[in-house]
Amino acid sequence: MASGLHESDVANPVLRWIDARLPVITMMQKEYGTFPTPRNFNYFWNFGALAMVNLLIMIATGVFLAMNYTPHTSMAFDSVERIMRDVNFGWLLRYVHANGASMFFIVVYIHIWRGLYYGSYKAPRELLWMLGVVIFLLMMATAFMGYVLPWGQMSFWGATVITNLFSALPLIGPDIVTWLWGGFSVDNPTLNRFYSLHYLLPFVIFGVVFLHVAALHITGSNNPLGIDPKGPQDTVPFHPYYTAKDSVGLIAYFVVFAILVFFFPNMLGHPDNYIPANPLVTPAHIVPEWYFLPFYAILRAVPDKLGGVALMFGSIAILFVLPWLDTSPVRSMRFRPVAKIFLFLWLIAFFVLLYCGGKPPEEPFVTIARVAAAYYFLYFLVILPLLGRLERPLPLPESIARPVLRGGGPLPVGAMSKPMEKA
Amino acid sequence: MPVKATLKAVVVAAGLLAGAGLGTLPARAASGGEALPHVNFSFDGLFGHFDRASAQRGFQVYKEVCANCHSMHLLSYRNLRELGLSEAQVRGIAASVQVKDGPNDEGEMFERPGRPSDRFHSPFPNEQAARAANNGALPPDLSLITKAREGGAQYVHALLTGYEDPPPGVTLMPGMNYNKYFAGHQIAMAQPLSSDGQVEYTDGTQPTVEQMVRDVSQFLTWAAEPELEQRKAMGVKMVIFLVILGGFAYAIKRKVWSDVH
Amino acid sequence: MADSMAPGAPEDGGTRRDFLQLVTASFAAVGVGALVWPFISSMNPARDVLALSTTEVDIAPIAVGSAITAVWRGKPIFIRHRTQKEIDEARAVPLDQLRDPQTDQSRVKKPEWLVMIGICTHLGCVPLGQKPTDPKGPFDGWFCPCHGSAYDSSGRIRQGPAPTNLAIPDYAFETDTKIRIG
Repeated sequence: MASGLHESDVANPVLRWIDARLPVITMMQKEYGTFPTPRNFNYFWNFGALAMVNLLIMIATGVFLAMNYTPHTSMAFDSVERIMRDVNFGWLLRYVHANGASMFFIVVYIHIWRGLYYGSYKAPRELLWMLGVVIFLLMMATAFMGYVLPWGQMSFWGATVITNLFSALPLIGPDIVTWLWGGFSVDNPTLNRFYSLHYLLPFVIFGVVFLHVAALHITGSNNPLGIDPKGPQDTVPFHPYYTAKDSVGLIAYFVVFAILVFFFPNMLGHPDNYIPANPLVTPAHIVPEWYFLPFYAILRAVPDKLGGVALMFGSIAILFVLPWLDTSPVRSMRFRPVAKIFLFLWLIAFFVLLYCGGKPPEEPFVTIARVAAAYYFLYFLVILPLLGRLERPLPLPESIARPVLRGGGPLPVGAMSKPMEKA
Repeated sequence: MPVKATLKAVVVAAGLLAGAGLGTLPARAASGGEALPHVNFSFDGLFGHFDRASAQRGFQVYKEVCANCHSMHLLSYRNLRELGLSEAQVRGIAASVQVKDGPNDEGEMFERPGRPSDRFHSPFPNEQAARAANNGALPPDLSLITKAREGGAQYVHALLTGYEDPPPGVTLMPGMNYNKYFAGHQIAMAQPLSSDGQVEYTDGTQPTVEQMVRDVSQFLTWAAEPELEQRKAMGVKMVIFLVILGGFAYAIKRKVWSDVH
Repeated sequence: MADSMAPGAPEDGGTRRDFLQLVTASFAAVGVGALVWPFISSMNPARDVLALSTTEVDIAPIAVGSAITAVWRGKPIFIRHRTQKEIDEARAVPLDQLRDPQTDQSRVKKPEWLVMIGICTHLGCVPLGQKPTDPKGPFDGWFCPCHGSAYDSSGRIRQGPAPTNLAIPDYAFETDTKIRIG
């Protein structure tokens, strides 16, 4: 600590000079080099890193797309087509960006599922989880505003419908909507502000991701067993073990991404968005992008305007209090035979909602969506709190290292029954 | 255990993808009604490419038939070079239309022969004029039509061959035509390609209705996705590269983890 | 560093792993390089920009002694219908007085028509001298108001900081009264 310099042990003199004054190298070495990480991660633990890479891909392609995009109602559609036709590799940048949004949600949904299944939201990782929900909300806002920018029919009517959600608010609703639009309908001022915010929000996401990772490195990672590492025998240094493992997952992810971009670039999009926006004609079947469909289905499941909007926002807001709704001290669903079943039912409900959200609002889809939406909330509000008291979890293993050393059997047979493992 | 978890992750990912696909399906099924007859096109599949001779004939069909009502304002004459037309041919085609330009030094708009850099000439100056000339119906711009309609080229092919007499009990509104594959079945456009030999091909191909429809579908697909060949070719290379790289990465991962497992 | 924390030191197979890593890393580097290229390339002029790179100008209305400014690739093109006096002046200058020696004959296709890119070769301003009322500088040509470069009636640099003569674009006389630039 002499004279306030960091005592760096970097060998290269130039790097040491920097590291002594700004210990970024020491920090990276600590957080991504030697960082002790549970040794028993499965491939579900790739998805955080994948989401990070996906964010960077979106920012990079987005910055270059912005160089050729014109945020004006009379030129936006054609400027996107100019990117597709005339800008060198413009089609690649745009298809990567558009399908990158879908990939981002796939990755993040799996990442969230990982958290739900292995109880990564539980103490001491509550704030880590809540920051994740904030990222998810920001992603949704960013994706929504990005979808408006090509100014096709779905862009326009998606923007109209989603902004009109706010008109459900009592008293101030209509004024809020006018304020969001900057006029009396979705028009050029709306497009301009959405463009501005669509460029800004990813950097906000980046900031929250930094906090998310910082919080992660305080508590350390959860793991498939949901028990805390007891010592060095339970962990491996992040590098090279998890850098190697993440690389494998990353390349698998790139393969899926490439197949989408190069062979099915419009599979997840909607044909109507290749028709320029027309404020006088609503397309026959408007649907949001697929990743919003579960929440859209919840919105439509309620026959009341304010109620539907409240429930839709509630379906995400409820994730903020999940750490306190789940009263079980056992993290991993591997040791919760009953809760596991209810969680898989919840997953099915999520997919059912996703499916119904894309269907026209008619029977039987309305009733099915209502049942699924009801279960979605029931799981969080009733089942999880009750199961924490009623369920008898399986015995937890003594430590991470033991089952792994024994070849990774499904459960440690002789392990002490310790359901009250330190949370 | 890791294998099982990998499987799980793959299943979840596949489920999300499939769910995503399913979620967008309903709107697609709803717009057509009848199932589209399947036609094989040269641009289908992983190694798809454009049949340039067919697309050139399709351009001829567009120019002589469709262009009387339908614009293609996103295309320029210079783009036709990608279909294999020579610079001189493109110049000739461009010069055959009069383009409004200006203002000149006297402040007046003037007409001049088209240049390769000009956009395709639109048959109507604006939407209102197009509607006025077509009983109030707007002939859609065709630049993106295969991307803007569910079914793409298959739909274009089906629509152009889907004209028939209305079934008993169906009364057509005035000026409308019956089409099996059009949403609502009543379409303002009269059957545009109705008789063999309507367009005279110069390359010896028999201009049957089916041939003309296929050619124009080929042309319109190229117009909507001019990057298709480059995209698919690049995709094949990309996936091969990634699979090899993935093999290396997996080998490293196995080596690194060999002392832990 | 990392090895100190590893449960078992990876002694065996160390070199094989190193080789594998080398191959993989170089392979991945090729991939990253290939991915960076589309981004860089997308900033080059797009196809529609390149396609607009010719302009046709009708020069019939330009009287002797006057000039017009056309636009080509977003740049001003000076087209001057020179007087005999201006031509004679330009041709009388000995080449050794020039910073960027070029004969007037080599800068024109027809002596009375001077076609140049109207951008000062110093830092890109547009020189004055097109309008009859503009200052033409001490050499009866063009004068750049930004940093005082003066050009003669052939557009050659004579005084001031500009290093080279005003550039001549590719152009051709399509007819006697029409030129195509680019």
